[in-house]
Amino acid sequence: MSDNYGSIIKDGLWDQNVVFSQLLAMCPTMAVTTSGTNGLGMGLATTAVLVVSNILVASIRHAVSSQVRIPVFVVLIATLVTVVDMAMNAWLHDLYKVLGLFIALIVVNCAILGRAEAFAVKNGIVASAVDGLAMGLGFTGALTAIGLIREFLGTGTLFAQASNLLGPSFAFLEMKLPGYGGALLMILPPGGFAILGFLLAGKRAMERRLAERGAAAAQAAAA
Amino acid sequence: MDFASFREKIGYQPLLLGSFALLASGALAWASNATGEAIAAAEAKDLRDSLSEVLPAGLADNDFLKDTVDLDRDGKTVTIYRARRAGQVSAALFKVAERGYAGDIQVLMAVDMDGRTLGVRVLKHSETPGLGDKVDVRKDPWIRGFDGRSLGDPGPDQWAVRKDGGVFDQFAGATITPRAVVKAVRGGLEFFAAHRAEIGS
Repeated sequence: MSDNYGSIIKDGLWDQNVVFSQLLAMCPTMAVTTSGTNGLGMGLATTAVLVVSNILVASIRHAVSSQVRIPVFVVLIATLVTVVDMAMNAWLHDLYKVLGLFIALIVVNCAILGRAEAFAVKNGIVASAVDGLAMGLGFTGALTAIGLIREFLGTGTLFAQASNLLGPSFAFLEMKLPGYGGALLMILPPGGFAILGFLLAGKRAMERRLAERGAAAAQAAAA
Repeated sequence: MDFASFREKIGYQPLLLGSFALLASGALAWASNATGEAIAAAEAKDLRDSLSEVLPAGLADNDFLKDTVDLDRDGKTVTIYRARRAGQVSAALFKVAERGYAGDIQVLMAVDMDGRTLGVRVLKHSETPGLGDKVDVRKDPWIRGFDGRSLGDPGPDQWAVRKDGGVFDQFAGATITPRAVVKAVRGGLEFFAAHRAEIGS
């Protein structure tokens, strides 16, 4: 299909964004975006798995028949996630304590299987790796954005406990709004749905405005 | 016969699935084998760290992770870690659990041989963020209010949150969570009192 890396990256980050355009992976999105740090952690862990699973799927795509591809991919992804989970528990234990819950959740992230099905099975290894990276980063960006907004409205902090995830040198990211008790609703599930809804509507409105401006410019050029 | 048409044959599918299942099992067995020791060591370190947090410094000169006794509590096994100083048991450390607002709250507590709490920490909970999670010592010092308490201090009627006529604070907007923790600690102290002889031997 496409070996156009520019459009692959643009699709992953914006046009086909996992959360805001494909509306996939809603379960981890709602569950972990109670803070910016959680969103970032889940996003990065998913990105790593997505890149590796895309590479593996692309490299075996000629051996796998279309009839049994889904079970093969499911086994592949589940094995991969389990191995990553065990390896992190063993050798990156402190990080695992922060991310541990998220790693296991990645198995049920339909975006991973989605990319295997929609992209990696039809494309080369390098293109699939780029697609996994772009989709993963788009997912990370979306989760971090939702997490930051919920965290800010809900508790008045930004990136609380980021130094637990990224190391003490990132403590400067942590911010707190003094004297703000927070709106608990934003941390609870309804807040997640509300914020997601507003962001989706915002993205649509922005895209429509850009399209109108593009159309107007094309008209002006034609005239 | 070329590979593309062989790939669509019925016989190829179980072969493919079977070999992937084999590969996956092999990978998992290898990973489990390679990481098992490191994971066990890391978990033992975690346990030691959390036990050390409830146990004041200087109370133990033994490796209390290895000095354990298993007791039965309502059909469930509770592992008691015994801190010793000069051979004498100085404190008992164990986990208790109580149902909170959302699932079980796991509490780790250390009790000295006079039945006084030395320290209490919540290990695991899924209470409402911003309301019930103040039982976590990183969010609020509330849990330190148990330090030095025993079954006689406060008296039996007052081992409860203020709303129920006791001495322990509840949080604004969250009563169920602190109530569960108070109940868990009180239950732990009663459990200790009932088994003091077995623990101290």
